[in-house]
Amino acid sequence: MRLLGFGILKGMAVTLENFVRSYFDRDRRHHLFTKEYAWEPGAPAEVLPARADTTVTAHSRNFPILLHDGADPMGGIRCVACQICERECPPQCIYIEKDYDEQGKYIKRPAIFDIDLSVCMSCQICVEVCPFDAIVMDSQFELSTANRFGGLLQHRDQLLKSNEYYHRIHPEEARARDDRMAQEKAEKEAKQAAADAAKKKAAEAKAAAEIAAEKSKPEPSAPTAGGAA
Amino acid sequence: MTQTLLNLLAIAVPLAVGFASLFAFTTWLERKILARIQNRIGPNRISLPFTRFRRLFGLIQPAADGLKMLAKEDIVPRDADKLLHLLAPILSLVPPMMVLCLLPLELPYATAGMRALQAAALDNAVLLFFAITSLNTLAVFMAGWASRNKYSLLGGMRAVAQMVSYEIPLVLSAAVVIMAAGGMNAQAIVEAQRAQWFIFTPWGLAAFLIFFIASLAETNRSPFDLPEAESEIIAGYFTEYSGFKFALFFLGEYLAIFAVSGLAVTLFLGGGAGPWVAAYPALSCVWFLAKIFALIFVMIWLRGTLPRLRVDQLMGFAWKFLLPLSLLNLFVAAAALKLAKPWLSWPVGALVLYGAAVALSRSHRADAAPRTYSYAE
Repeated sequence: MRLLGFGILKGMAVTLENFVRSYFDRDRRHHLFTKEYAWEPGAPAEVLPARADTTVTAHSRNFPILLHDGADPMGGIRCVACQICERECPPQCIYIEKDYDEQGKYIKRPAIFDIDLSVCMSCQICVEVCPFDAIVMDSQFELSTANRFGGLLQHRDQLLKSNEYYHRIHPEEARARDDRMAQEKAEKEAKQAAADAAKKKAAEAKAAAEIAAEKSKPEPSAPTAGGAA
Repeated sequence: MTQTLLNLLAIAVPLAVGFASLFAFTTWLERKILARIQNRIGPNRISLPFTRFRRLFGLIQPAADGLKMLAKEDIVPRDADKLLHLLAPILSLVPPMMVLCLLPLELPYATAGMRALQAAALDNAVLLFFAITSLNTLAVFMAGWASRNKYSLLGGMRAVAQMVSYEIPLVLSAAVVIMAAGGMNAQAIVEAQRAQWFIFTPWGLAAFLIFFIASLAETNRSPFDLPEAESEIIAGYFTEYSGFKFALFFLGEYLAIFAVSGLAVTLFLGGGAGPWVAAYPALSCVWFLAKIFALIFVMIWLRGTLPRLRVDQLMGFAWKFLLPLSLLNLFVAAAALKLAKPWLSWPVGALVLYGAAVALSRSHRADAAPRTYSYAE
């Protein structure tokens, strides 16, 4: 049994540690995030952001984007319009419609994929539930537009970004995701290969058994029994 | 007559000016502490003009804020009730200002004539304190009503419900001390703690914790800051206030924090008692303020730690947890005060109170299941 109010005391210990160590500790976990005088000419190198084209770090997370492999956005789109993210989204900001070809057959990609940025709260749950690694978080926060509502509803083609872009904004995370995907793919292929081999072997064994049976029983009158299926 | 008036001014002016400047310091302190809790720096840019003192840790920031507030346009909504809209911030400032003089704060230069005028010497100072601070609810609801804004009204309604609910455990936990001290005179209560501060008794500790939690709710401090919950209802009851009226609300809120912390120090932490007070009586004032600021530090620390409660959790906590516990604490205190064997009060009192707290918290545990994901594991 835990002490009553233990959770509060634990939380207070964490914040007090931050408070005290922010004055003394220089290590990464407790360093001050505010960079002073970064805009002044001749600012020391450690106050400048890591990349020249952005002011945010690789740890920043903002609204979700869709990923595609290769150069053609719709050719390499990872999303298969399974609608898991649409169902899991707490504020329900995602709207998806499946795509069908002329025969009315479901082709695995979204015809419509909209995210309402005025509703999205950047919780990242869509990223966590996606089984296809198709949706990840962006770090773009400068989203001001000249009109009032236009920029709020992001459509599929605006959301589609290349895997290279993802590697640029969140290098470590993208690498880890690629590695995991490659590993999963290899495992799947190995499994498939093993299954194929087993099937082939079984077929061969069956054929051999049939040949053997035919050899041992020259009379063709007795049909082969089903075995212990 | 002139002498009386001068004495009165000598007490009232330092209290009003002193606590108002402490308010400025506290806003700076709060921003700095919160910043450090979040591994930021906090305000540090404003420099003293025309001097070579460049930054002073941002201590000049409150002055700049005050100037900005003064210079801002005073916007009153077209459909607002203009008179109530004007009166609400003023009324929100009056009760905390009044109760500050009920604190047994011994001004170092006070003569006997001045002490006789101090309101702390009143025989029912504690009762008067609660009577006056409950006026604050009226100011808050006035602001919420007069603004003619849905967020303001929501904030005002929340504030009324919250302040009325938490006033009961607040008063009940103070009643324990009144029982022990045998009176409501603030100086007599401090005097009664000469041998042992009331916080060092089981019932005193429980009453102090209840009092502190309820005072957080009374002054709209996090985690009970629902009346002004930024992420839900903009700024609650003062959504439609700008410029100096907003600053008055801000000032009133912080003065209420000083007042209620001062009362907690009076009731539980021995008032101005502390080391070397006997040798240097002027230190009493310093100790009193130091204890107030220790409590304020904990308040800021809690604000940096805890998320805001839901409305139902807030009301449930007051009525189902704090109220029964503070009632039980009355009985425990009565038993402990009449107990033949004083050494028994700690084990028995602590066991009864802690057991009751655990039982209460278990019986009201929320039934809501954690969020389940239908696809992800």
